Amino acid sequence: MTADMLSQDLSLLIPELLLAGGAMALLMLGVFMKGEGANKLVQWLAVVLLAGAGLASLFLVTGEGQAFDGGFIFDGLARFSKVAIGVVAAIALLLAMPYLKAEKLGKIEYSVLMTLAVTGMFMMVSANDLISMYMGIELQSLSLYVLAAFNRDSLRASEAGLKYFVLGALSSGLLLYGSSLVYGFAGATGFNEIAIAVQSGPSVGLTFGLVFVICGLAFKVSAAPFHMWTPDVYEGAPTPVTAFFATAPKMAAIVLLARVLIEPFGGMVEQWRDVIWIVAVLSMGIGAFGALTQTNIKRLMAYSSISNMGYALVAIASASQTGLWALLVYMILYMIGVIGSFGAILSMRTREGMVEQISDLAGIAQRNPGLGWSITALMFSIGGLPFMVGFFGKFFVVFAAVQEGMLILAVLAVLFSVVGAAYYLRVVKTVWFDEGEVEFVPAAVSVYWVTRLAGLATVLLLPVIGWLVFRAYSVGLATL
Amino acid sequence: MLATLAFWAFSGVAIASAFMVVIARNPVRSVLFLILAFFSAAGLFVLLGAEFLAMLLIVVYVGAVAVLFLFVVMMLDIDFAELKQGFLSYLPLGGAFALVLAALLAMTVATWQASDQAQSLRAAAMPDGMSNIEALGTVIYDQYVYFFQAAGLVLLVAMIGAIVLTLRHKDGVKRQSVTAQVGRDRKEAIEMLDIKPGQGIGE
Amino acid sequence: MSDLVSQFGPLWGTLAVLGQILGFVIVLLISLAFLLLMDRKVWAAVQMRKGPNVVGAFGLLQSFADFFKFVFKEIVVPAGADRSLYLLAPLITLILAFVTWAVVPVAPGWVIADINVGILYLFAMSSLGVYGIIIGGWASNSKYPFLGALRSAAQMVSYEVSIGFIIVTVLLFAGSMSLSDIVAIQDGGFWNWNVLSFHAWPMPMFLVMIPMAVIFFISALAETNRPPFDLPEAESELVAGYQVEYSSTPYLLFMVGEYLNIVLMCAMTTILFFGGWNSPIPDGFVDNWPYLAAQAWHFFWFAAKVVFFFFMFAMVKALVPRYRYDQLMRLGWKIFLPTSLVAVALVGAAVVYGPQG
Repeated sequence: MTADMLSQDLSLLIPELLLAGGAMALLMLGVFMKGEGANKLVQWLAVVLLAGAGLASLFLVTGEGQAFDGGFIFDGLARFSKVAIGVVAAIALLLAMPYLKAEKLGKIEYSVLMTLAVTGMFMMVSANDLISMYMGIELQSLSLYVLAAFNRDSLRASEAGLKYFVLGALSSGLLLYGSSLVYGFAGATGFNEIAIAVQSGPSVGLTFGLVFVICGLAFKVSAAPFHMWTPDVYEGAPTPVTAFFATAPKMAAIVLLARVLIEPFGGMVEQWRDVIWIVAVLSMGIGAFGALTQTNIKRLMAYSSISNMGYALVAIASASQTGLWALLVYMILYMIGVIGSFGAILSMRTREGMVEQISDLAGIAQRNPGLGWSITALMFSIGGLPFMVGFFGKFFVVFAAVQEGMLILAVLAVLFSVVGAAYYLRVVKTVWFDEGEVEFVPAAVSVYWVTRLAGLATVLLLPVIGWLVFRAYSVGLATL
Repeated sequence: MLATLAFWAFSGVAIASAFMVVIARNPVRSVLFLILAFFSAAGLFVLLGAEFLAMLLIVVYVGAVAVLFLFVVMMLDIDFAELKQGFLSYLPLGGAFALVLAALLAMTVATWQASDQAQSLRAAAMPDGMSNIEALGTVIYDQYVYFFQAAGLVLLVAMIGAIVLTLRHKDGVKRQSVTAQVGRDRKEAIEMLDIKPGQGIGE
Repeated sequence: MSDLVSQFGPLWGTLAVLGQILGFVIVLLISLAFLLLMDRKVWAAVQMRKGPNVVGAFGLLQSFADFFKFVFKEIVVPAGADRSLYLLAPLITLILAFVTWAVVPVAPGWVIADINVGILYLFAMSSLGVYGIIIGGWASNSKYPFLGALRSAAQMVSYEVSIGFIIVTVLLFAGSMSLSDIVAIQDGGFWNWNVLSFHAWPMPMFLVMIPMAVIFFISALAETNRPPFDLPEAESELVAGYQVEYSSTPYLLFMVGEYLNIVLMCAMTTILFFGGWNSPIPDGFVDNWPYLAAQAWHFFWFAAKVVFFFFMFAMVKALVPRYRYDQLMRLGWKIFLPTSLVAVALVGAAVVYGPQG
């Protein structure tokens, strides 16, 4: 590899280099500069770094293409996802700051691990080789395992971390087993080469390997039937960590899944569509029905994320341009809703500490109308009730499915969404109509603004969505 | 002839010791058998002409990883008779899983039919005219440098994670400060007093 | 080795190799007997004693007397010990100590197996030495031996890391892992030895390599559990560490294995940093000498350097007080490891941008 080639390759890698180098610099800074001030400085720098890396992929990376012998790819999909992941991770860290301070978890490693996790996510969405895919996933998951157990003195957090680690390791095993089968039957690990091998006719071995790869990735997006870890981990991990879990890693994993299925295995769409179909329906169903009986709001969010991943999988199952596009729109709207909701959950702090029961929210709208309205808007949006932006996310997904003629899947998606609406409405009902006197202390500035802005965004983004609907409609007309 | 003999010896020992890892009663013996298995694997690498890998396997796995593993196992106080009690009750289910996996493996081997292009896509194990180390070097530091660096980051995360989850700074522990010790001079350490007989040193 | 096989045919070639090995082992053991004596004499001299002086003239046969004493005593195996592992441990130590010598070149072409990953082989085998200690300590089923074994496991693994990096600096200069090549680049006078590295001139690599040689020597002390790093057998705390329960022949095997390792470390220091069998002056003139005379010339320099470093080992043992365990770990991880890492980078840069690159 000559220096020219290297610098050309590296120019595509700027966001990753920023993050990795920044993480190490922050670690050094934090280690050598002791005290509370150091932690604060590292946190703010990390926020800037995360958002900066996201924006760097928008502005600094000019070219598109592949690097390192096809191990890394930077294309529109990667660009879009990196911006989204970077920004949402920065917001998640902003949300975490007051919490960490209040719970005395303020350690510089939190920011460093988050930065490294985001590096892993960037690598995932840019993966163009089975090895870089695995490396990205491992980098991301390993950081997340530690973050889940970050509150090491809490039994629940340790349990969450361990559970996540063991099941995550198992899923990595499945993924590797599948990858080795794919490698054996395709003769190469690069996605480009696998695509060629797939073109020449699918073999049993390739299908087999692919199924294992899908299983491994389904673990990471917490799609049923690989969702068992989700509620426990979401409940046990510190709340801002959960907020992070529910957003950026989901985006990275689902984009990676879409890339794996559509790029190298695009020729085998007939084989994998059924698998994704089943996983999608199971996720939507389990998510919707599982959430109905939850009393803990973090567990509720866990089931909500399972069912939302089901809808994202519906978009992937359609395996079309529209589907991919719908997937991205859906994920963005989902992340806005979720990060806002977690802002609301983080506002649930009484004088004694954090509370997590849905019943603690009873009648909060009377005492704190701003929070009440925000929760209402966010719940409506995630639940996909008309006419919040979230509704259009689901709408596009169903639209993509219908376009590809998957009517049964579309109908099931709508039905489960109706079931799901029930528990979102239950939260809204608690907030507005139940009697309660739990008094929250005023939320921290960052939590306050994230909650309010996300709540507003569910309405304010509607004009943009309207334009999208128009575009989708014209695209739909063109294909029909 | 000699190479064939060596192959059977190494592979036989590797399989036998791998088996012993599972059935040995004493966990320490299990680890020792595991080390023997590593060793035989290194021998197999030598027979393949990958002597660099063989040596690395010994240096890294046998010389360092397994030592620490042995270290941990020796310090654990596990009653293995108790642990093995569940063995029989789990045997049917575990056996069924093992069978399924074996069947999968058999199926994979039996239906081994790579795609048409697979043969041409496959890279040569060793480019001609290159030594072992050179070939590995070009693969790791040139072709796969991205993956290699990513692996480094993964290890960094593992290290940070281990430290952040286990390190506890105790208060009130006096730590050695070498620079302070070395930097001490006679003036700080010794005070000359002229004490008269019959008097203390004050107080 | 394969040369001999091709030269004399499979049967006689194999026998020739075996003869070579046997000869090597015998020479090694006999010289070890006298090195052991030297160790004790040096120690005695430092403490103003006479040391062994009864058996033979000046006590020259003391080691042989000790040998017979050990061999004729009864082997005691403690009741709760894991019998087979207990007896295996000294054997592991001894055998590993011997097989490591297979790649050591004592004179040009005089090496049992000149494999092209020689240095790595040396490193690998010496890193296995810890197993003898750890197994022996555990199998004794006794507290002090176990503590000694645990200490030595952590200690040897820690110092191996920096030894590995120091070896990398040397093999970057040689561009090869074969010990013969590493020695070969150091010929033409003592300034070309790796410790001064004038073969890389105008890069002033002696600034890096002199500290590396010192660190290597100190790490070698730690790796062989010699004082001041003999915590695994610290007699004031652990009686005799992992050797507490050993007696008679198994103890002898441990001893011999340990001392073989020490001599090996001296040989490694010689080969890696002090020119191996190269004399300190440009010795082109020996090319005209008869083969055996030239070999003897080279062998003399090799042996002299090894004995010198053995003397240094003995002096350190006599002069330096024992380290505390946390100091030992601090030295290994916080000082030696970063220093050698930096050195690897510097040497790498020197090789790439220097006259060789």
